[in-house]
Amino acid sequence: MISFLFFLFSVVAIASAIMMVVHRNAVYSALFLILTLFALAGHFVLLNAPFIAAVHIIVYAGAIMVLFLFVVMLLDLKADERKSGSQGFAKIFGGIVTGILILELGIMIKKGSESLPAASANMQVGSTNAVGHLMFTQYLFPFEVASVLLLSAIIGSVILAKRKLK
Amino acid sequence: MEIPASYYLLLSGILFTIGVIGVLTRRNAIIIFMSIELMLNAVNLSFVTFSRQIGSLDGQIFVFFVMVVAAAEVAVGLALIVAIFRVKESVYVDEINLMKW
Repeated sequence: MISFLFFLFSVVAIASAIMMVVHRNAVYSALFLILTLFALAGHFVLLNAPFIAAVHIIVYAGAIMVLFLFVVMLLDLKADERKSGSQGFAKIFGGIVTGILILELGIMIKKGSESLPAASANMQVGSTNAVGHLMFTQYLFPFEVASVLLLSAIIGSVILAKRKLK
Repeated sequence: MEIPASYYLLLSGILFTIGVIGVLTRRNAIIIFMSIELMLNAVNLSFVTFSRQIGSLDGQIFVFFVMVVAAAEVAVGLALIVAIFRVKESVYVDEINLMKW
């Protein structure tokens, strides 16, 4: 059951990631990325991290991708009609990267590997309670710094998107 | 059946590679941004896998902070793209070459 779910989520994630990169229309690419994010959230649940899965969906699929879609529809881009294809350099580099990945795939299939503990072992490990306890005791300072970072991002984006006052 | 950790890492590597190919190949700045988000998500998957493998929750805390940084980056980056679009009427990165020498 768990391995079936793993392969289902993996196939959905990889297929929609490829479709996102390949598709010409920006709106469809954003929707495929949302599908990839949902598949990854499923993986997080299988890896005993339900809090991270929920936050992933809320923040990424619920806020960041909505922002992307806003911008895509505001800019009103037509589908890319130009000659598809990049310069030779980018294609060669992409080919090298893909070759390295295929090599890594082969090495990994050949070697044995440690397996993870079973997913249903202890769902309390990654629960909201446990993550929150760690966050507010040991990682309190980075948490506050992250809020200052978000504040600076808000100020920055408001200034950048403002029209110049004549 | 238990899934080996290397399967998860392989999935993370595949997604990261797809993101890299997207960044290198596409000319639309918004698609490049989305490929960067895909790369960040692949790294998130690696973090959670390792956190599960060594049994500590630090990896999940770090994933939380990666998400915070990604959200801040997306906000500022999209504001930049909107600002550039107002001037140049185009989001294709091969046309934004004013600073090229």
